[in-house]
Amino acid sequence: MSVGVVWFIGVSAILFGIGLTGVLMRRSPLLILLSVELMLNACNLSLVAFSRNLGQQDGQVFALVVMAIAASEVVVGLGLVVAMARRHAELDVDNLINLRH
Amino acid sequence: MTYEIVFAAAAALAIVSGLGVVLSGNPFRSALWLILNLVSLATFYLLLQSDFLAAAQVIVYAGAVMIMFLFVIAYLGGAGDEPSRDLPLWQFGASLVAGIALVAEVIIAIVSESFPGAPDVGPNFGSAQAVAGPLFSTYLLAFEVASVVLLAAAVGGVVLGAVRPSPRAPGEREPFPERVREAPLPELQTLVMGRETHIEVHHTGGEEDDS
Repeated sequence: MSVGVVWFIGVSAILFGIGLTGVLMRRSPLLILLSVELMLNACNLSLVAFSRNLGQQDGQVFALVVMAIAASEVVVGLGLVVAMARRHAELDVDNLINLRH
Repeated sequence: MTYEIVFAAAAALAIVSGLGVVLSGNPFRSALWLILNLVSLATFYLLLQSDFLAAAQVIVYAGAVMIMFLFVIAYLGGAGDEPSRDLPLWQFGASLVAGIALVAEVIIAIVSESFPGAPDVGPNFGSAQAVAGPLFSTYLLAFEVASVVLLAAAVGGVVLGAVRPSPRAPGEREPFPERVREAPLPELQTLVMGRETHIEVHHTGGEEDDS
């Protein structure tokens, strides 16, 4: 039984589900950021799998751009976490509730 | 046959390390699990003949982004741990249901669909040269926008992380750093950082306290 694109998408879906569960379940902003990274990488895997299946490089370009966006997301997220820690707030996402307004 | 074995090993590693990211409550261990996850994803990229992306994944992601993450976690010390208060049961159940529902949905969708087999591509398929072709022609705009987004993120990181002293009148002496002047919250005195800060307030700010 050959490993087709379906298997890669299956692994990607499982990783995305794990990441989603982590984002919803965790309270620490650091752990939420890590779970978001997991979700972004699952998306990258499906992009690359379809790129191979179609025989075109476009999906790999998308994956590269997603990596750049993920890096900037980490920078801003870690900046928020460090700013919270510097103000001696407990590192709990519920303390960031003012960002909603 | 080797292909299947490598795929199975990488898939098992990816799922186990993904569960490790979410289930270990310690940010440091989660980050180390995530590095393992990124490496297993690089294996998938190699299986999919995307050589350049696999190298970029290991060098940029596991090598640079995650190291930055680990530096911040080490800077925060124990403060970055999961808050100890209990998770409401409904939230735990809802997040599990959401995750499992999403996985089931995608798997049902892809199993019912039939995909054509992957075409034969040359050995040059995922090389840097082959990826650079569409990146710098068809998707040039996306490339430029990504660079602007990275610049904005860098500026945002500096703004969020910088300590801004308030402007002072001419002749006024150098103010203390902001964290020294702030009175620490009582519950934070249990932390090492909080205790040091507290001592520093009494020691250096004595003149202001006397008046």
